[in-house]
Amino acid sequence: MARKPDSPFQSGAEIDGFRIGERVHGGTMGDIFRVTGPDTGFPLAMKVPHFAPGDSDEGLINFETEANILPALSSPYVPRFVAAGDLSRAPYMVTEWIEGESLQRRLARGPLDPDEIARIGAAAADALHNLHLQDTVHLDLKPENVILRPDGRIALIDFGLAHHARFPDLLAEEQRLAAGSAPYISPEQVLGERSDPRSDLFALGAVLYELSTGKLPYGIPRTRAGLRDRIWLDPIPPVAHAPGVPPWLQEVILRCLEPQPEDRYQSAAHIAYDLRHPENVQLTSRATRRYQSPFASRLRRWWNARHVRPLTRTLPAAQVSAARVVLAAIDTTNLDDERHPAVLRVVARILSIPAEYRLICVSVIAGGPGAERTSGDSSHYLEHLVRLRNWVEPLRLPPSRLSLHVIEAANPADTLVEFARRNHVDLMVLGAPPPARTRVAWWRSVASTVAANADCSVHLVRAPAAAARGAVTSPASAAPESPDSPASRRPA
Amino acid sequence: MNCTICGMVLALLSDVHANLEALNACLRHAREAGATRYAFLGDLAGYGADPEAVVATVRRYVEEGAVAVQGNHDQAILQASGYLNDMARDAIEWQRAQLSAGAKAFLAGLPLCVREESICFVHASAAVPEHWDYVDSPAEAQRSAAAAQTPYTFSGHVHVQELYFGGASGRMSLFRPVRGTAVPVPRHRRWLALVGSVGQPRDGNPAAAYALFDPAAAKLTFHRVPYDHRAAADKIRRAGLPPALAYRVEQGI
Repeated sequence: MARKPDSPFQSGAEIDGFRIGERVHGGTMGDIFRVTGPDTGFPLAMKVPHFAPGDSDEGLINFETEANILPALSSPYVPRFVAAGDLSRAPYMVTEWIEGESLQRRLARGPLDPDEIARIGAAAADALHNLHLQDTVHLDLKPENVILRPDGRIALIDFGLAHHARFPDLLAEEQRLAAGSAPYISPEQVLGERSDPRSDLFALGAVLYELSTGKLPYGIPRTRAGLRDRIWLDPIPPVAHAPGVPPWLQEVILRCLEPQPEDRYQSAAHIAYDLRHPENVQLTSRATRRYQSPFASRLRRWWNARHVRPLTRTLPAAQVSAARVVLAAIDTTNLDDERHPAVLRVVARILSIPAEYRLICVSVIAGGPGAERTSGDSSHYLEHLVRLRNWVEPLRLPPSRLSLHVIEAANPADTLVEFARRNHVDLMVLGAPPPARTRVAWWRSVASTVAANADCSVHLVRAPAAAARGAVTSPASAAPESPDSPASRRPA
Repeated sequence: MNCTICGMVLALLSDVHANLEALNACLRHAREAGATRYAFLGDLAGYGADPEAVVATVRRYVEEGAVAVQGNHDQAILQASGYLNDMARDAIEWQRAQLSAGAKAFLAGLPLCVREESICFVHASAAVPEHWDYVDSPAEAQRSAAAAQTPYTFSGHVHVQELYFGGASGRMSLFRPVRGTAVPVPRHRRWLALVGSVGQPRDGNPAAAYALFDPAAAKLTFHRVPYDHRAAADKIRRAGLPPALAYRVEQGI
């Protein structure tokens, strides 16, 4: 679209200290220019929307929404906000220019293999989780809004349709038809709901579907009725389009695409985890489905969906925090450690709070470069896995909620901290340092280092006094705590 | 831009209702949060045990440039009003006897509505300020904002914190603010903020309510400030005012 000749936004012009460079994108909604300006330490882009001052049209509201939300976000997954021009004078927004290729372009270059899809999907889930924890729902996730950075991370762009739960929602009040990109938006978004973070998880499922099959799960609906189909219609399973889609990937995709938000993943962190640990994905009937559900059940769902209205009123961050990832660190090299049952009791108590959760049990065993053993190629590894399974068995957790990891590493504390960070762990539970005894001194530094360095909350568990005494067999080990281990004192 | 209100941070305090403890707590909070100017949106009088001290405090602020408008309880001090219930009338009659002539003159001299730059300050609705209409719906908010003719209308009277914003076609929508969040309120839109009550919140939380407006950044932040509400309630009981008024301050109802 050609710029109006009288527009101040021309290559070479200067606006509020920003020199306008090359126009890199032009569309009906607006232009994007590369710009240079005050030294920010990163390259800049200027977005200039097309609308006349005083307009109350969609373009203005989208621009205003983005200008409200972007500066409020603190995230490595979105372009950094630099400046915005006065809406009534010179509407523009300057942000960080994100280097990289859009997922749309990547898709056009050719098919992706499941590993690459999982890697991109996990990176996108990381970004969504970060937004959700900041009470923001993107609501327009699609390949063209996902930028693949050279370092493997992704950036989400275009917050023109986003919702920030603590700001007035300018879009919700316009009572327009569902805003969003028809192929990707969730059923509840079709119905006008704009505050459910699980809507982004549906869109992520649609994107993963497209990456896996080259097709869209619901096509490109052109009518309102067509849009509503997704409320009750399940998509053709990806494997029916692309036989190479592994069951775990189909499981993840179809779980994201569940019409009812409560049947989906409850947190993007859980998706990121599954995509990074395909062997841990709990397969259900979704994984092997080859056809859409039978006509009768589709009819029943259609009937039930007649009056479906969305219903969520929790802040996104609170909703996501209710879907917790709990990590229990267990030293399987010391089987008779008296803290093991104590940790188990604490974990049982934590999981008894009604909420969606995932429990990850980790044992870090000595040796190795920190690489995780995921296959049973070592009897050593297998033995520890069995011990870990035996430890957690009394909790009788459904496999979908549980995963077990044995990691060989020289430095257990750093390994746990890094593992927790990568997997969006909310709470780590591990034994507190015991009274000084050389046999288990290894754990002392682990607990204190983890508590000091972890991004998440850390729950240090002490064995009850009686149990601790009962486990002591040699008189020497019953000696009083050494004065140099203050961390080992029992709380008053 | 030639703008006299830019560069300041404006504290918006309404419905103090003779609650000195709550007023002082909010003023301290606002000062620490960077407030450089103050606006009192009416109802300094009514309900509470410290009318004289509250009026004296606000007078000092007004002498230093603060804005203050009259509320229905302030008016009722000066002339009997049919708008008040029995309990409120008991408190007003007691306060009328307590207040000095100077304080009454100050209340009598307060304007109903003040327009300054892009802001309209009014206790109830700017549509007909002296009718004390409750702005309790988007339609009422629209009426008030339309009469104000300014981008921002700041009011009290309803004792809750709410933010109405204009959309296409001038229609207004309700937003329930989350305390402590700086909400972007760009001036090309119409905004009507009910800043809550300093002295008698009614949402079940006794913490005092007020708001801070930063015109340069176009951000509005609603605050709740815990204060010694038991002390304020005890004073009400000791003054012989209806015990239910003390209970309301304690419970925030």
